[in-house]
Amino acid sequence: MIVEIGHFSLVLALFIAGLQGTLPIIGAHQNNHSLMAVATPAAIIQFILILGSFIALTYAFLVSDFSVINVASNSHTEKPTLYKISGVWGNHEGSMLLFALIIAGYGAAIAVFGKNLRPTLKVRILGVQALIGTGILAFILLTSNPFLRLTPAPVNGKGLNPLLQDPGLAFHPPLLYLGYVGLSLTFSFAVAALIEGRVDAAWARWVRPWTLAAWGFLTGGIVLGSWWAYYELGWGGWWFWDPVENASFMPWLAATALLHSAIVSEKRDGLKAWTIFLAIIAFGLSLLGTFLVRSGVITSVHAFASDPTRGVFILLLLIVTIGGAFILFAWRGPTLKGAGLFQPVSREGGLVINNFLLTVAAASILLGTLYPLFIDVLKLGKVSVGAPYFESVFVPMMIPMIAIMGLAPLLKWKRGDFKTAIEKLKFAIALSVIGGLFVWILIDRASAFTSLGMTISLWLLTATLTELAGRIKLFRSSLRESINQLFRQTRASWGMTLAHAGLAIAIAGITASSSWKVESIQIMKFGDQVNVAGYNYTLKHVREIQGPNYKALRGTFIVNKGDDINWVLEPEKRFYTDPVMTTTEAAIRPTFLGDLYAVVGDRDEKSGGYITRIYFNPLVPWMWTGAIIMVLGAGISLTDRRHRVGAPSSNKIPAPGIPAE
Amino acid sequence: MKRKHKRLLFVALGILILAAAASLILFAFKDNIVFFLSPTEITEKSKKNEISPQQRLRIGGLVEKGSLTKGVINRFKVTDLNKSIIVEFKGLLPDLFREGQGIVAEGRYNNAVFTASEVLAKHDETYMPPEVAEALKRSGKWKPTLEK
Repeated sequence: MIVEIGHFSLVLALFIAGLQGTLPIIGAHQNNHSLMAVATPAAIIQFILILGSFIALTYAFLVSDFSVINVASNSHTEKPTLYKISGVWGNHEGSMLLFALIIAGYGAAIAVFGKNLRPTLKVRILGVQALIGTGILAFILLTSNPFLRLTPAPVNGKGLNPLLQDPGLAFHPPLLYLGYVGLSLTFSFAVAALIEGRVDAAWARWVRPWTLAAWGFLTGGIVLGSWWAYYELGWGGWWFWDPVENASFMPWLAATALLHSAIVSEKRDGLKAWTIFLAIIAFGLSLLGTFLVRSGVITSVHAFASDPTRGVFILLLLIVTIGGAFILFAWRGPTLKGAGLFQPVSREGGLVINNFLLTVAAASILLGTLYPLFIDVLKLGKVSVGAPYFESVFVPMMIPMIAIMGLAPLLKWKRGDFKTAIEKLKFAIALSVIGGLFVWILIDRASAFTSLGMTISLWLLTATLTELAGRIKLFRSSLRESINQLFRQTRASWGMTLAHAGLAIAIAGITASSSWKVESIQIMKFGDQVNVAGYNYTLKHVREIQGPNYKALRGTFIVNKGDDINWVLEPEKRFYTDPVMTTTEAAIRPTFLGDLYAVVGDRDEKSGGYITRIYFNPLVPWMWTGAIIMVLGAGISLTDRRHRVGAPSSNKIPAPGIPAE
Repeated sequence: MKRKHKRLLFVALGILILAAAASLILFAFKDNIVFFLSPTEITEKSKKNEISPQQRLRIGGLVEKGSLTKGVINRFKVTDLNKSIIVEFKGLLPDLFREGQGIVAEGRYNNAVFTASEVLAKHDETYMPPEVAEALKRSGKWKPTLEK
């Protein structure tokens, strides 16, 4: 019964979304207030209906109602409760329902909090958002309905893929969708502004926090996925340039660019057409990602089992949504003249160049990801484009970007002075060059690439801190005055400082872990020792243990270094029965300088020992820490009071020289 | 500088970045495209000496039943049910690796042995990698039942 209510409310939501997507837009065009008044309640009702539907599906998973195909194929009575819940979005149908829920959720948020928005703009945003929702809801009901019944109901379900039974991956999809779908809202803002033919500072002020929220969630989601791959797949790697990873990384790059160009639109009333363009591109890349993951057109380790009709439907949705937006853009875009004039050497100038670099980087990743598809369609053979392509294209583009990233915040808006900025940054320049040389000369196995990576990491960190020091007048006034100033910095400016510093720390981690990784694979009998990166690993024993819904082999390593260190690492190899599958659980001990990482594998029949794989992954914890700092920066910036103030204060454009954000 | 000049400067800079990116991409494509071959094609091409030991390749097919010996270096055969190729892989095989299942391996072919640097099996066990399906189709051994 509850499942039928869920199904019914989803159908109802589709109709409401259809109404919300048409009537208010017509109303805004004809200046018909009663039609426009549909938008706000419709957005809220639509959200409640989809929420009801989502709760109904969750209920079916919780009580293990195997008469629902979706539950029967993806759940099992013996599964822990957390994974019964995460099983809801651990499959194609359920994850699309979550996708639709978040679209409606962002719409409802605008309906509730958007009181200060210009009424015509608000109803147009809600209309466009509902049109996207209509497409997704139709997709769910026509091709991927999670509420279909199964008769007779099986005694037990097939279980959730054990790789997905993991706390990291339980929360990876919701975060990622909050990010992807957050970009649907900025897309709606962009399309609504195009229909209205008006982009002003108030518009940009609304777009910024929503982009920031989407960016924060997307960053969190990508990092969580990467972290999961790192400890779960047992290869010691954290990024594989797999098409599905690229599918989330491209919108991230576009969102990063959008975040920055929206600042120029808000503060300087410039780059309007570009901001709109990026908002369309960013959501387009999110939809493209959805298409790549779910259509099975591309070989990927993460791909869902494929179904051609789904692929065609999403492709159609992509073409209509993005094609429509671009036609509108071509028609209305030229009228969006920016007022903010600026010199090439200025903060805007730096932001423009970096925006361009980010966009070109995203385009080159897109090309590499789709290239095998082109070749296949043209019948030129089957090829694959792997990590070497992406690394040799992406990394060189990021080097000038980070160089400018350190410099631009020290330039003034409108007209910056290169010499003054360099003068301020001389300490940062000296330190990063010396640091790079230090790495080059004193550390073994440091290539030119490694030294360069460390140099730009240090450069970004010191330049970011120099900028902060300049704002709080460090060494130019008393220490107490500086500390006072430090506490008076706006939260938005803290956001910038943290996000930039976090990236610097992450770059150090990325560089070190890809240059100095130590790997050792061997067969070990009980009592055998092996030395990896100065740590002595002794395999004490391997025992069989019983988990909640699996059996496992648990290896126990004693790790020694000198007299102080005596750690225990216990990696597992788990055997699940529903469905039949083995998973690897690496044991990781983070230290300041890197992760100790151990994996236990199969028993070697000849020698009676176990195959073990031990890594030392340098500075990997820095990478996660840096990423967390970046997300934290987004969070702190979002709490800035000025982001929450809506349109009324919009005519107050801050004067030049206000702190960077 | 006039507005027009400034715009021109940004356009020039943009073109410069695009040109640099394009050359990076072309350069990377030249060296880093990996061709996919079926076991039959590898056998044929190596007979004609068309495969250099340095060339990175991808092969796909089913892991031949009873061919797997595990160890620090794992050895197994990959087959398209017509010809099979011996594959060696140092390291731990992916959790989803099983005899009879479709896999994709990337590496180099030399002296009748394919030394893989990477072995991909899918997260989803019901999923057949398109390349594997393609290899089976090329060898004429494709049965729709293989695609569960």
